[in-house]
Amino acid sequence: MPSPRCPQDGAGGSGDRCSREIRVRACSRRALRAAMRLRLPVRGPAALKVLAAAAAAAAPVELQWGSPARERAPPGPGAAPTLELESGALLFSPNAICQFFFLRRGDASTDLGTQWLEWEATELQPAATTALYGRLVLGRTMAEAVGVLREPLTHMEQSLARTGTAFLTGEAPSVADVVVWGTLFPVLQEESSVPAELPALRTWFRTMTLSDPCRAAADTVLVPTALSELTSHLRQQPGPRGAGAGAGAGSGSPAPSPASPPEDEGSERVLTEAEIAAATDAWARGAAALPKPWRPQTPVLPVEGMRNILITSALPYVNNVPHLGNIIGCVLSADTFARYCRLRNWNTLYVCGTDEYGTATETRAVQEGLTPREVCDKYHRIHGDIYAWFGISFDYFGRTTTPKQTIIAQDIFRRLLARGFLLQDTVEQLRCQLCCRFLADRFVEGTCPMCGYGEARGDQCDKCGKLINAVELKSPQCKLCKGVPTVNPTEHLFLDLPKLQQPLEQWLELSWASGHWTPNARHITRSWLREGLRPRCITRDLQWGTPVPLDGFRDKVFYVWFDAPIGYLSITANYTDQWERWWKNPEQVELYNFMAKDNVPFHSVIFPCSLLGADDNYTLVNHLIATEYLNYEDGKFSKSRGVGVFGDMAMDTGIPADVWRFYLLYLRPEGQDSSFCWSDLMLKNNAELLNNLGNFINRAGMFVCKFFGGTVPSMVLAPEDKRLLARVTLELHQYHQLLERVRIRDALRCILSISRHGNQYIQVNEPWKRIKGGEEDRQRAGTVTGVAVNMASLLAVMLQPYMPSISSAIQGQLRIPPDCFVLTHTFTCTLPHGHRVGTVSPLFQKLEPERIEALRKRFGGGQAKQTPPAPQPPPAPQPPQQELAIATGNSPEVLAPHGKQQ
Amino acid sequence: MAAAARPGPGVEELVLLEKLLGLPKGSKYGVQGERKVPVLQTNNGPGLTGIMTIAGYLVKQAKKEQLLGSTAEEKAIVQQWLEYRVTQVDGSSSKEDTRIILKDLNIHLEDKVYLAGNIFTLADILMYYGLHHVMVDLTVQEKEKYLNVSRWFNHIQHYPGVRQHLSNVVFIKNRLYTNAH
Repeated sequence: MPSPRCPQDGAGGSGDRCSREIRVRACSRRALRAAMRLRLPVRGPAALKVLAAAAAAAAPVELQWGSPARERAPPGPGAAPTLELESGALLFSPNAICQFFFLRRGDASTDLGTQWLEWEATELQPAATTALYGRLVLGRTMAEAVGVLREPLTHMEQSLARTGTAFLTGEAPSVADVVVWGTLFPVLQEESSVPAELPALRTWFRTMTLSDPCRAAADTVLVPTALSELTSHLRQQPGPRGAGAGAGAGSGSPAPSPASPPEDEGSERVLTEAEIAAATDAWARGAAALPKPWRPQTPVLPVEGMRNILITSALPYVNNVPHLGNIIGCVLSADTFARYCRLRNWNTLYVCGTDEYGTATETRAVQEGLTPREVCDKYHRIHGDIYAWFGISFDYFGRTTTPKQTIIAQDIFRRLLARGFLLQDTVEQLRCQLCCRFLADRFVEGTCPMCGYGEARGDQCDKCGKLINAVELKSPQCKLCKGVPTVNPTEHLFLDLPKLQQPLEQWLELSWASGHWTPNARHITRSWLREGLRPRCITRDLQWGTPVPLDGFRDKVFYVWFDAPIGYLSITANYTDQWERWWKNPEQVELYNFMAKDNVPFHSVIFPCSLLGADDNYTLVNHLIATEYLNYEDGKFSKSRGVGVFGDMAMDTGIPADVWRFYLLYLRPEGQDSSFCWSDLMLKNNAELLNNLGNFINRAGMFVCKFFGGTVPSMVLAPEDKRLLARVTLELHQYHQLLERVRIRDALRCILSISRHGNQYIQVNEPWKRIKGGEEDRQRAGTVTGVAVNMASLLAVMLQPYMPSISSAIQGQLRIPPDCFVLTHTFTCTLPHGHRVGTVSPLFQKLEPERIEALRKRFGGGQAKQTPPAPQPPPAPQPPQQELAIATGNSPEVLAPHGKQQ
Repeated sequence: MAAAARPGPGVEELVLLEKLLGLPKGSKYGVQGERKVPVLQTNNGPGLTGIMTIAGYLVKQAKKEQLLGSTAEEKAIVQQWLEYRVTQVDGSSSKEDTRIILKDLNIHLEDKVYLAGNIFTLADILMYYGLHHVMVDLTVQEKEKYLNVSRWFNHIQHYPGVRQHLSNVVFIKNRLYTNAH
């Protein structure tokens, strides 16, 4: 199979799949030259702030985890991060490293900034170390940890309140904010840990925690496996000076400062009276005030005057069973967003399908003794079944090997040809005369021209890792017949990308200004443009593909990277004849593309260039949402060795699809790679789903059944209830804000936060006791039960994008009217006095350690290398409310959503 | 906030620095908290707190910004050693702490003239003030053991205007303990 690797062929010309086009190694080599080496020995607070600062100041750093070589060991306390500067000098102070990143970007240092940094180093850090030591090593509670930090936290609150600025040194975040946040976050972890009487600090902490650089750093450093690395590191340390008493500052009992607000004004201060009044109003308006859910006609078509949203997820390649990385990176993320859009009454179409042409299909067909068509049919069904099991709500799930694909791809080709955007050139290729075929990269082996390794492949040498042009291989051999191939020149067509670069850049500027592009998508695109675009070959010597409609090229097909994205259009065309109303309608349609980051250049550069060149008023991407990679535990993800979880296996685990959805979305690699971990899955299921969310919804429903005969009681709102309504409304607003920016993972936290408020509310008001009391107590029990069950009803709707089956189970149990399944910015009473609920039963099941351990073994995670069968229980139970855990071990193998597997 | 109490050692060294920089006398200092952190009253705002912060401010007042480093790299290195000074040197209480600091510095200064490499900076000045009481007490053998620190310290104390009233620490040119390291 031919795989021309010609000099004109852009940055990554050799792969036969879109995803392979990006030469990951080549890219990282390129980045390496410009990068400073940042070494992070321990995943602790220092690593956190340094990474956040690097991201905030866009500093190119090359990360290395682990301890430095002895001769380069930095002075000062052990385990400090080190940054090797271009001059060879070494920075070992986390704060200085952070400051360097900002200075390097051109931010001048200010006296105020220096003062915060000095304060952080001398006052905050000793206290924070004591607090963290207390939490992790001594097992102290969060309240005790916060007590240790009381004095510095109060100092921050006073300063923020006095200046009235959003950040420590002004209205924009500076190095001081990042450094202080990095020290506080590992201790506090959640905004709710900041005492409520410090509202300015709370707001600041929330803003920082939600900012992209900080979130990304937290995802990298505080990865969800175990706290053990940091704990054992802390344990080895002598312990903070005078742990417990007088460590520099802030430990011991806090001396109340005269300026700090009195305690009893406490927890509700962040809510204004206006917010409370508005929430109470909205509540009283009831379900009647909700807009009717939009039920579009089938097929869904753009509607004048409505927000018309077209969603695609990257087309999965047909020859493989998708794994968890594919699922979260593409279809599950897009599905969650599509469901959210529908709940917002936006007119939404979500299409996807299998990408079926190309060499890999032909190879698979040979292996399985089938025709390419039969292979595609077989795997298309497998994909469809898996996505159906995961509850993916495609409006249409199609495929690329259809007559529509041929028509549309050839049309775009002819338009490009007519407008002079295609070039012709000769490519030297290896051809096996015996097999009568050109040999694609992997179908030829030989001796590496660089290192002399005897079994180098046509695209890359496994020994030295260098990329190879197949014709440069010494003594090449056809992998199938062992024959000696010859070098043959063949003619190919190229898309003239340099000619299209300028229109592309103009369009990108617009799209970036108005749309949501994830930072990685912008970054990858920018780096492509910076290098300058080169012509890319769009034809290949294959049979299984869309034929090239041009004399002299009739025996060739389109190269998949040109062909596959056109699949979005042809799949829509198979869904409706009026597909052009979606795809040639940029005025009315907003296009969202979901994918993993390896697919970005095809969606941000190459496909837009094809469409811009074809010049037919195509709808171009407005919002490009790219995830990072999902890693698998600490072992290798490998199909051949059966390590890792693939879509079809997830079905066999006995864990419900919605729990999978929840966990994958909970650790959706937004901003940074994240890793799948069995024990964390168990923890999240048991702590968040069972004890928090499920517990709340179940109790609310059970109280209605048990105490009020299944009928929602009458409610008389007390000030406390109104404040709760306002708090829930705040969370709801946050949820919308995040989802509108496609921050799917973060928005899930708002749901959990509401149920946490609900649990607290029930716990404090004890309706099960009051129901046995006098008239007044019984009324109170009724109000609390009524408000709680309405919160459960709201949660059912908010949860629908994430866990559709659970959502509909709640709907069934509480008999929520279908017309309430619409999302607005208000929390209203949808289950009024007198509403009858159905039969209430538990929503989630506990996952037991034995079962999880068995699954972990079955799927090969952990490799059992460090834990021989010794009776070692899975990670010790975490303290309750422990949302984040800190990593152990080295960076796990990347599980590239589309990538090659070992 | 800042009580105008007896000035601590931090304030004394800032007064030395002012003099070294040729700034007019008369800045109002206070101290704050258990650790007697210096506070400088300024004409506007709540004043500046902390040795690093105030020293940096004074340098800028004296228009000697080169003492803070000129490139981003130099600036960060200067900040790093100032921070080392206020966290490690000032925090040291035991003989063992002191030994570690001298060992760190000795390694660092092995191939450098000044803390930040080839330029004299505020880091050298404040490190000198912070280490003076330590160096005074070193034995001849220890001075030889921390040879690079001794060379550097001797160099700084002879830098015009730095030492002022502080005692001159004597270093012997000939090595007595040849096998010491």
